[in-house]
Amino acid sequence: MNIYVLLKKTFDTEEKIVVSDGRIEDDGAEFIINPYDEYAVEEAIKQRDEHGGEVTVITIGDEDSEKQLRTALAMGADKAVLINTEDDLEEGDQFTTTKILEAYFKDKEVDLILAGNVAIDEASGQVGPRLAERLGINYVTTITSLSIDGNTVNIDKDVEGDVEKIETSLPLLVTCQQGLNEPRYPSLPGIMKAKKKPLEELEIDDLDLDEDELEPKTKTLNVFLPPEKEAGRVLEGEIEDQVKELVSLLRNEAKVL
Amino acid sequence: MSEKIIVIGESRDNVLRNVTFEAIAAAKKVNGDAEVVGVLCGADDLGTQAQEMIYYGADRVVTVKNEKLATYTSDGYGQAVLSVIEDENPDGIIMGHTAIGKDLTPKIASKLEAGLISDAVDIEVDGDEVVFTRPIYSGKAFEKKVISEGLVFATVRPNNIAALDRDESRTGDVQDKTVEISDLRTVIKEVLRKATDGVDLSEAKVVVAGGRGVKSADGFKPLYELAEVLGGAVGASRGACDADYCDYSLQIGQTGKVVTPDLYIAVGISGAIQHLAGMSNSKVIVAINKDPEANIFNVADYGIVGDLFEIVPLLTEEIKALKA
Repeated sequence: MNIYVLLKKTFDTEEKIVVSDGRIEDDGAEFIINPYDEYAVEEAIKQRDEHGGEVTVITIGDEDSEKQLRTALAMGADKAVLINTEDDLEEGDQFTTTKILEAYFKDKEVDLILAGNVAIDEASGQVGPRLAERLGINYVTTITSLSIDGNTVNIDKDVEGDVEKIETSLPLLVTCQQGLNEPRYPSLPGIMKAKKKPLEELEIDDLDLDEDELEPKTKTLNVFLPPEKEAGRVLEGEIEDQVKELVSLLRNEAKVL
Repeated sequence: MSEKIIVIGESRDNVLRNVTFEAIAAAKKVNGDAEVVGVLCGADDLGTQAQEMIYYGADRVVTVKNEKLATYTSDGYGQAVLSVIEDENPDGIIMGHTAIGKDLTPKIASKLEAGLISDAVDIEVDGDEVVFTRPIYSGKAFEKKVISEGLVFATVRPNNIAALDRDESRTGDVQDKTVEISDLRTVIKEVLRKATDGVDLSEAKVVVAGGRGVKSADGFKPLYELAEVLGGAVGASRGACDADYCDYSLQIGQTGKVVTPDLYIAVGISGAIQHLAGMSNSKVIVAINKDPEANIFNVADYGIVGDLFEIVPLLTEEIKALKA
């Protein structure tokens, strides 16, 4: 099976966000594989181990993105592709990203593409479905179970807490939801091997793309932090009195009851 | 300016979800003078729902009834909605940022080669530009965003843009449209109703969430009782999900759901930064925790330090008495 994983690097979830000049400051920030993309990497490896084939991990980013790709290779992916847009693109959005991926996949034979259901930074969740539409393949988002038998695919899909049992077929794009699996940590031998695995670096010229075609359809005007929340009141006294006071505050002051 | 805006409606068990009405209000924010055209898909009669959309501000509604639209699939709804879009040639499209909205709108945007702003919490018009505000980094920050070219296309987060008042005197056309739906590539064999007993977490006005302090799956029972008297939903921290006290579908935080209810009651939750990202934009936050140093008290409007197993049942009784 030809299995592909779409991967994005994101801020570590521990990071505090600092804004300067209407943009997010990323100097010195720790980056990780987007947590939902980790589920995708893990699932790709499991499916390959069961059905054979090859796992290729793709990211669009800059030279620092190699770090997350190497981590995915250390987990067990076979090949990595870095589409480096650092010198060519100043702005991009989900339209841009999809266009680049569409160009990459143009001459590829695809059985399965896995992605995170959302990236924890921009959180649009658009790229998976957008790409499937461009490639003319079916997609299922927010999956929590995947089993492949020949060409038939059985999926559990999380729909706001309910589970849909779905039957579909390859080729297919899926986006991964928490609960799908437990991503493995790279082992030491895995890390050593990853250094020698192929990592192809491409630029948009290599994909026969023009910068004009990649003009984003949306524009971010500015970024700001929410107002700092003031610490509120911790109530005092007997527990029973505190509960009575709380209910009264919720009703009369906060007006939410 | 957007002269004609399509609002894609969404129902659950044949009842329109509130976010549909919020999406109509959002369309009016994009352009108060625009013609708002509702679109509804389904297998049963959609007349009553179409009427509701009109009461809530839609000027007219197009319904697509087809047995292949009994349950949502991106293939089925995609074909139906794209066919309506082709007829109507709208300047804007708005839908709720729900499981279906998230699944369907990127497909449509991709097909139309359009931009799409997902998960907007506010809309304002600044001169010629429609400016959408949306959370990023799970609400640790916000961005203001515009569509620079073409269709004004957005999804709106439930509970953030107030629906207009229901007005039964409003009238409008309901047009039934026939769409040929080709074979669906996805078959939904079964739907298991799991976590959502009644109120959906992302749309709930009240959320009662438990953390590691709840100690066990059984420990969640008093939280469910409290949520029930408040007409709310139960959520959880990652710690509680990892410890198997509840299903991952209840998880609130940077991984998991982001919620913005009117009232958020955090029970036995310490308040890790990842959890705060998922709930700190709630309107009113109550923290109940035995540790007075817990970080959750830094974002709570009201806090009680003590044993949750004593406090939560008392709170339930007190609210029951109030509502009686």
